[in-house]
Amino acid sequence: MNWTKPLMIAGLALLLAGCFGSDQSWHAKEIDGLMPDLQFTLIRSDGETVKADDYRGQIRLLFFGFTNCPDVCPATMARLNRAIKAMPEDLQADVTPLFVSVDPERDTPEALGKYVSFFNDRTVGLTADEPALRDLAKRYRTTFGYDEADERGNYNVSHSSAVYVFDGEGEARLLLRPGLTTEQITRDLTQLARSTRA
Amino acid sequence: MNWSVLLPYDFSPLTVLAYLLVAAGYIVAFRALPHGERPGPVRVFAFFLGLGLCYAVMQTRFDYYAQYMFFIHRGQHLILHHLGPVLIALSNPLPILRFWHQRIAPELGAWAIPLRWAYNTLQQPLIAAFLFAGLVYFWLWPPIHFDAMLSRNLYWVMNWSMLLDGLLFWWLIFDPRSPHDDPLSLGYGKRILLLVLVGVPQMVLGAWIVFNRGMVYDVYEVCGRAWPMSPEDDQLIGGILTWIPPAMMSIIGILIILSRAMKDDRPKPQPQTLEGATR
Repeated sequence: MNWTKPLMIAGLALLLAGCFGSDQSWHAKEIDGLMPDLQFTLIRSDGETVKADDYRGQIRLLFFGFTNCPDVCPATMARLNRAIKAMPEDLQADVTPLFVSVDPERDTPEALGKYVSFFNDRTVGLTADEPALRDLAKRYRTTFGYDEADERGNYNVSHSSAVYVFDGEGEARLLLRPGLTTEQITRDLTQLARSTRA
Repeated sequence: MNWSVLLPYDFSPLTVLAYLLVAAGYIVAFRALPHGERPGPVRVFAFFLGLGLCYAVMQTRFDYYAQYMFFIHRGQHLILHHLGPVLIALSNPLPILRFWHQRIAPELGAWAIPLRWAYNTLQQPLIAAFLFAGLVYFWLWPPIHFDAMLSRNLYWVMNWSMLLDGLLFWWLIFDPRSPHDDPLSLGYGKRILLLVLVGVPQMVLGAWIVFNRGMVYDVYEVCGRAWPMSPEDDQLIGGILTWIPPAMMSIIGILIILSRAMKDDRPKPQPQTLEGATR
């Protein structure tokens, strides 16, 4: 019997399986392998010290901001909130947004607690002293800076406008850029939550 | 003065080691060379200025700003790909290179052949020009640039590839050996052509960035800037730094090569005729 034909068919099937095996496509930027896994030690808005592992199993959405932020932060947090609410109900509990304030001077844990509870019960407000925040920002290749304060003591803070998405294992998976729509974020998060459960 | 600005933002032991080795290698060879062959003080100064500039943009606080501001990143590559290597090549470290070549080449044994082959391939004029302009385009290709700024490893690959390619290219251009004496040394006309060949695409790219109304490099917006500066200004200055200084470097390079060619003007060697050979 000639074995070449079945072998070729099997090979072809494998090849096709390779092509269609990972049919996951994402709207967000994939960052697997580009960025390190999630690690931090920060102070939660209730004053507790928490580590990344405390939220193990959860899809974590890391965002750097500050509570006096006029536009980017509230818009981003509101969009994340809408996107999570639009997910299938049983999957919503798998997602935890982490709002890290990079303005510890003004954002006390209490102020931070009030701010995040405004958006979503699941949102966790985190902060730390500036050196610890600098280390965390550096790990995710981002930074923040402060403008000169005006006569009322108000100042602007430059910070990342992206949301870093980590899966249940803490691996970096997606980067949500500012241009994404709520629907696109919902679809990506649902897909990630499903594949994490599977 | 705050001395901590001289400390690296992202410490890379390999990078520091490489710079230390080059500096030590230069000093050891310099001291071992007979007085007549040693480079003069201006050449030594130019060498260490070039080396120091490249080190400074890679392993001081400058690197922090280069990671979070597009225009400072362009300034960093201007030094790594142009200014630093130009100074090093113009300082004519040939006696130092010869000194080490004589000591290292016999040790390499069989490795010497593939190394020499790789070097000669990279220094083929058209390949060298393609690499020089191509690397600028490659790392500024928006999706690639985005990844390079997100990934620490890619970022290091990017900066090192720019520096090494800069050294190779400018050494090819400013090789002090006269093409009249050394058949491996590139002719003056070809050197000038190469400088034009790499200058034009860089000008096109720089102008494209300058006149682009949209946000081409949003990674700096995504990752946060070192200080609150308008993205349009950042991109505009970055584009100008990609456009004008490299064009000026090409022109200065052409002037230097022209003056060398004029000083080195010799009568054309008489074609050897059969008659001449038998005489």
